[in-house]
Order: sequence, then C-alpha cells, then structure tokens
Amino acid sequence: MKKLIFLLSGVFGMLLSAPTGLKAQDLLKGSEVHGSMQADASYYLTDPKTGIYDTTLAGKLIRMNGFTEVNYSLGNFTAGLRFEAYLPPLTGYDLQYNGVGVPYWYASYKTDFIEITAGNFYEQFGYGMMLRTYQEWTLGYDNSLRGLRVKIMPSKGITLKGVYGVQRYYWVPYADYNRGIVKGFDADFYLNDIFKSLNDAKVKLTLGGSFVSDYQNGSTKDIPYNGKIYAMKLPENVSNYGGRFLLNIGNFSWFTEYAHKINDPSATNNYIYKNGDGLFTNLAFSKTGLGITVMSKWIDNMSYKSDRSVINNMVNINYLPSITKEHSYALASMYPYSTRPNGEVGISGTVDIHFPKNSALGGKTGLSIAANFSQVNGLKKSQVNDSTYIGQIGTLGYNSSFFGIGKDVYYQDGNIEVTKKFDKKWKGIFTYLYQTYDKDVVEGHATGTFGTIYSQIGIADVTWKITDKHTLRWEVQGLWTKQDKGDWVAGLVEFTVSPDWFVSVMDQYNYGNSSASQRLNYYTISAGYTNHSTRVALSYGRQREGIICVGGVCRFVPATNGMTLTVTSSF
Amino acid sequence: MKKIVCLLCLSLVTSFSLIAQESVFNYKHLPSVKLKTVKGLPFISDSITNNGKPIIISFWATWCKPCVRELTTISDVYDDWVTETGVKLYAISVDDSRSMTLVGPLVNGKGWDYTVLLDPNSDFKRAMNVGPIPHTFLLNGKGEVVYQHTSFSEGDELSLIEMVRKLNKGEEIK
Repeated sequence: MKKLIFLLSGVFGMLLSAPTGLKAQDLLKGSEVHGSMQADASYYLTDPKTGIYDTTLAGKLIRMNGFTEVNYSLGNFTAGLRFEAYLPPLTGYDLQYNGVGVPYWYASYKTDFIEITAGNFYEQFGYGMMLRTYQEWTLGYDNSLRGLRVKIMPSKGITLKGVYGVQRYYWVPYADYNRGIVKGFDADFYLNDIFKSLNDAKVKLTLGGSFVSDYQNGSTKDIPYNGKIYAMKLPENVSNYGGRFLLNIGNFSWFTEYAHKINDPSATNNYIYKNGDGLFTNLAFSKTGLGITVMSKWIDNMSYKSDRSVINNMVNINYLPSITKEHSYALASMYPYSTRPNGEVGISGTVDIHFPKNSALGGKTGLSIAANFSQVNGLKKSQVNDSTYIGQIGTLGYNSSFFGIGKDVYYQDGNIEVTKKFDKKWKGIFTYLYQTYDKDVVEGHATGTFGTIYSQIGIADVTWKITDKHTLRWEVQGLWTKQDKGDWVAGLVEFTVSPDWFVSVMDQYNYGNSSASQRLNYYTISAGYTNHSTRVALSYGRQREGIICVGGVCRFVPATNGMTLTVTSSF
Repeated sequence: MKKIVCLLCLSLVTSFSLIAQESVFNYKHLPSVKLKTVKGLPFISDSITNNGKPIIISFWATWCKPCVRELTTISDVYDDWVTETGVKLYAISVDDSRSMTLVGPLVNGKGWDYTVLLDPNSDFKRAMNVGPIPHTFLLNGKGEVVYQHTSFSEGDELSLIEMVRKLNKGEEIK
C-alpha cells in the first residue's frame, strides 16, 4: 500500500510541478518534437469469491504497463522511439513482456517521390490478408517489423512498396534465425489518376497486388505432438500472394481481395501441408440518409506467422479480421467473435438509416436506425483419403472447395440500434441483440466443454443534459441465456462536467448463475480528470473475467479486484 | 529502482505536454500522410485545408461510443457553426479493415455532413501522436494546432465553438 501511495503521489506531483521555462534552442529551429505516453498501474487485492487468493497474486500486488513515445521531425526527416515498461505486466498480459526496453525506434526520410524507413515500422498491404503490422496497446499486441521499408511514388496514382525485416516477439532479440525473415512487395494503381482521360470519369478503379515471403531456417525438424515426435520436412520459404480491386460507380462501391498461401505446416494448423486461401468481398451503397453494406469472407488455412511454432497472437504477418460487428457495451461484448484462421465462411449485412428532423418519422429532432446481421460457419471439409482423418498431422489435412460452407454455426449475431434525440436535454440509444456463440470453437476448448451459448441482450443508454456543462448518463443492460453463466443485468451512472471531470459507477450482476455462490456483483467506481490532451483516471472495483477484442485480435482477461490508475498524455 | 526510473520518464513526458506552448512542441503544419476518402480513394493529409478559416480534426471509430456521441452532438449544430464561423470539421476514422467499409454507410446513415477520411493502419493517428480516442484538434487559419483535447463529454462542443469564434476574432487560445 505504501508503494501505491508513493506511486500516486509521484505521478500527481510531477503533473503539478511541471517546469515552464524550457526554450527551444536555435539548432532546433524548424524542427518539431511530439510524443505520447500512457501508464496503467494497478494495485490488486485478494477476492476469494472470484478465485483470487494470495497465491494467485504471488506477492506482485502492484503492477504497471507504461510507454513513452517521442517523435522528432525536421523537414523531410523524422525519427522516433518508444520506451516500454511492464513492471511486472498487468494481469492478463503475457508474462514474457516483463521488463523494460525500447522495442520501437526508427528514422525516416521522405520526399514526394520516395520514402525510406530504417528501424521499426507498421505497414499494411491492401486489406491485410497478406501483410499487416500494427500495434494495439490495450491488447498488448505489437507485430512491428524491424528492418527496411522503401516506398516509391513514381507518378501520380502509382505506389510501390518493399519491406524487409524481422518481427517483434516480446523482448526476444532476433538472432541466428530464431524467427523468420519477412520480405514483401506491394503495388497499387489508381487508374483514374494514372490516365488523364479517366480523371473525371464516373467509374473509379483501383488495382493492387502483393507478394510476401517468410524465410524460416530449418528444412527438417522434429515436431513434438501428442506425446510423439514427428520428423518433418518443412518449407523454408512460405509465400503468400494475391490481388485486389476497388470499383466505385456513383453511390456504389465494390472491394475484393484474394490471397493464396503455399503449404505452411504450423502449430496453428496442426502441421498440415495444405495450401491456404482467403477471399474478402464488400459491396456498399450509400447516399445521404441511407447506407447499406454487404460483405462476405472465406478463410481456409490462412494463419501466417514468422514463427510456425507460436500459437498465441504474436508474430502474425497477415491480418484476418472478423466480419461480425464489434460491440462496445459491457454485456454485448461478453461473447465476442474473432476469426478462426484455420477455416470459416461468413456473411454480414448492415443498414444505416437516418430520418432527418422535421420529417414524418424523424419528428422535430431526427431519428437514426442501424441494423446488422452476421453469421459465420465452419468450412465444409472432406477427407483426403480413407486412411487419413481430417486435419491429421503431416498430411495434406483435408479437402475443401471454393466457398464450401460447413454445417457448424460458429457465430450468429442480429442487432438493431435506435438513436433518438427527444429534445434539447434528453436523448437515448436503444439496442437489442441476439447472439449465438460456439464457445468451444471460438475460445479453443475441446468439443462439448461448454457448447453453444444462445443469448438475448437489451440495452438502454439515456443522456440527460442538465446544464450546458453538466450531464448525467445512464445505461441499463440485460443479458439472458440458459447456458454458460446464465442471466446478467448491468447498470451504469455517469456524471460529467465539461470539459474536465467525470465520475461513474457501474455494476454487473450475474443474478442468473446456476451456482448460488457465483451470483456476484462486479462493481466499479471511476473518476477522472482531463486537461487538454492529458487524462488521469482512477478506478476501484471487481472486474469479471472476459475477452477484450480490438479488430481481429482478442486477449483473455482474468477476474481481478483492486484499484487502477491510468494516465495518458500527448503533446 | 526500475519503477522509479520509469516513473521519472513518464513524468518527464507529462511535464513536456504541459509546456506545450513552447515552439518545438507546437504543430506548425500537419504531417504528410496518405489517407483514404470514405470511398477508398487516395487523399494526402496536407490537403486538409479550409481557405484560411479554422479547422477541427476529430479522430474517431465506428466502435467508439463516445466518438460517435461527439460527432452526433456536433452534427446537430454543424450547419449553424459553418454559417457563422466558416469552420470545417475533418473526421478521421481509425477503423481498420474489419470495419472501414462500414464508415461511409454509417456516416450517410447518420446524416453527418463532415469530410470523413480513413486511416486504416493508424498512420496519421501515429503521426499526430494520438493515444485514446476521441481526440480532437483545433487548427487556426494558418494550419497550426492551437488546442487539443482527448475524450468527450456533452458540452465540450460549446467550448470548442467558443474557441473557433476567438480564432476568428484574432484572439489567442490558452
């Protein structure tokens, strides 16, 4: 506890006693320095009801994740670095992050014709099915490449990119081929810019293509699997290539990307030699007041990592996002879906409608409705021959056909959201959802462990603007299911004083749990202060275990009880 | 010991942010980064201009509730703002591949009248050193960032437009 007080007073002390006399030196003339930081420090308490004992905490009562990033620019030149500290990492983050260091640094030179970056970089080719490196601090996710990147813009409408490097794996330095070397090339052509005659054409067309290769040392390897050792011949170079187009005609927009990966036996796909395929297509129509999107995705054996033995989220070379809607409310995000890289087929449709003010349905203040449906099934797979079971190690694995849809429903979600402003002081967002969630498949449990969860969720989110600066907001949420942990109800009250203060109280109550001892309240009290781009928030409470997802990546978070201080700032 | 070192580093940066009035810490011009229009066509961030009038840049995402709340709140008064002050709002969506194709339909479906741009791999977000969203920048007529704010609560829009009015009168923003 003393440590915590020290920590708190330290941070606040520094905040209040900032020096004010620093002057820019002449040698910095024309240059700019910017940066950002975040620190999340937690003080954990035991909580036997949620299974947290002294032994669970293992004496590590105070934990902190923090980073500081500083970027310097002068004309065409920029350079920067990020310092990270996990002392030790917050619960739910991989313990391999334990430590401090500078995992990200770069220098870059850029003109209208060329951009060269040495060091770490984040890059995306097209939709990302062949290559995407990015960082997501809240997930503890970072797959940046360290090496060299060159971008060339030879003429308007043409972009060529080449990347060469190794990916970040926690703090483990690259040495002696301990993970793969990634090389990639991407070309993008916007035809309406390239050909003058097409400049003003109503039809707009963009074409692109990528080639990515990962070199992993060791053509033969002993792979331990289910208590046996398999001596396997492995491909040292694994390539993943494909193309994309984007076609715009008036209010319509159609995007498609296809990727093909050569055989890539890995811990994720159970060391099978099958090739991989991926297809994503999206058709959208929108005009003022109306938006419609339909998308579909087919993924067959597309996990692509620069270390084939890694099964967690690290060292992904490509990005396979889910096409299901990402929900933000606490109970709506209790059962989130993420892409099954070994195979799935999905479809999703979204409609957004706005009835403007002074229209029949919009009334005096307007009305917005958003509806969405998505479903993801497994692939239709068949045996390669009678003596090989589906997915057998060291074989071709299985046969599948283009867009072959299997019977298993992994996930289904239907939801509708109505946003209504009642008058100048009152407005509300009302949401109804139903979800079908195959917990075994999505979370990787053995078949039959938890089964499929069918849930219905209702949410009311009401805002009352008391004065110009004072606002009170409520959330009432309910989740009803006969499976898993049963029914939940949640409530939130938040009071804000614009532009700097907020206080909120939230409780999630698992009243329908079949075990009476697990009918727990998960309460959180938070308060925070914002000054320009600096924000300090303190919260205390019990956190339920769950899964946090951002984009296509999820992280499991165990139940915790305690106090958390979050400081974020940028300049 | 490590904890103390780390704490000092973090505090140092926090202190920097509070002396942001000093010149090297001011954005005198926007970084040049490739973005996309909602239709997926190329757009370079230095084309964010408004004929010498103030500009608001708001980083948001379709899955970020406070972001959507902020843009919906401003949308109700945006016409009046533009008529009165000539201000222009650029809404930068950091939705990645998962949801970026939903941005255009959502913007139309909400009836928003902003210039909406896509930043699918957060290149512009990184270049502007933005952490949590929503994060809003206010630029003066010369394109210099004069104010930035993270998070949104109802009423923030009133102080924002008040600052725009001050800029138009040639007053300084503190």
